Amino acid sequence: MADQADFAAQAMEHMSSLYSGALRMTRNPADAEDLVQETYLKAYRGFGGFQEGTNLKAWLYRILTNTFINSYRAKQRRPQESDLADVEDLYLYRRLGGLEAAAAGRSAEDELLDHVTDAEVKEALESLPDQFRVAVLLADVEGFSYKEIADILDVPIGTVMSRLHRGRKGLQKRLYEYAVERGLVSVEDTAVAATAEVVEHAG
Amino acid sequence: MTDQPMKPRCEETYQEISVYLDGELTDEKRAKIKAHLDDCPPCVGAEHFEAELRKLISQKCRDEVPESLKLRIAEALRQAGSANA
Repeated sequence: MADQADFAAQAMEHMSSLYSGALRMTRNPADAEDLVQETYLKAYRGFGGFQEGTNLKAWLYRILTNTFINSYRAKQRRPQESDLADVEDLYLYRRLGGLEAAAAGRSAEDELLDHVTDAEVKEALESLPDQFRVAVLLADVEGFSYKEIADILDVPIGTVMSRLHRGRKGLQKRLYEYAVERGLVSVEDTAVAATAEVVEHAG
Repeated sequence: MTDQPMKPRCEETYQEISVYLDGELTDEKRAKIKAHLDDCPPCVGAEHFEAELRKLISQKCRDEVPESLKLRIAEALRQAGSANA
């Protein structure tokens, strides 16, 4: 059992991660600050229930995520629900022509990775519906395992995998749209790649 | 040929690449994907791209905590602590 007196010393170092997560969830700084403060207060009061030696960041994220879902989500503007199931695997890589092995020199995917901005990546993530956004945030930004995410969200691992799968595809679709809007890639170039049949390289 | 393990096709590799990078495939499936990657450069290209994209997302979604929030939380915890005492 954890001692409340040790709380600040152990928990404060995770504030930056929690604040970034809260910003992605609430999509505005005022709500994110309130959400993080509420999380710290709840965590402090409940610190006796934290098992020493287990993952404190995951425990804090569980409180953050539950508080977001219960208190903040209701008042959020909902992003447009798009059918992410129709987006294929490796969406971005295919669109950028990465599968065309003949491409020599600097490729469209290198260009994209070099030039996409912090704001675009944040916006792309924030454009996803809540449940997909949170799954991608926990896995790809925070690096939690499927098991840890399942515990944080209180859902089966299969649900984590399906949300992550669809969320990642949606994120790639948004990033591609930004890349086209900014002229980092041209629709003409990628149309060829997108319509080309995928060649089986090996049996 | 019959004693060789079945290698997955590229399309199967695309489907599994995310879970492969997450380190969450079973040992058997992991070995199958690895075997395919060992002799399919286009799929290795896809793997690298997905891995780099993952890194980019992680790096670019960081925000600095405002000093005012740090102070606010420290003060809130101090008050909660003295209320308990």
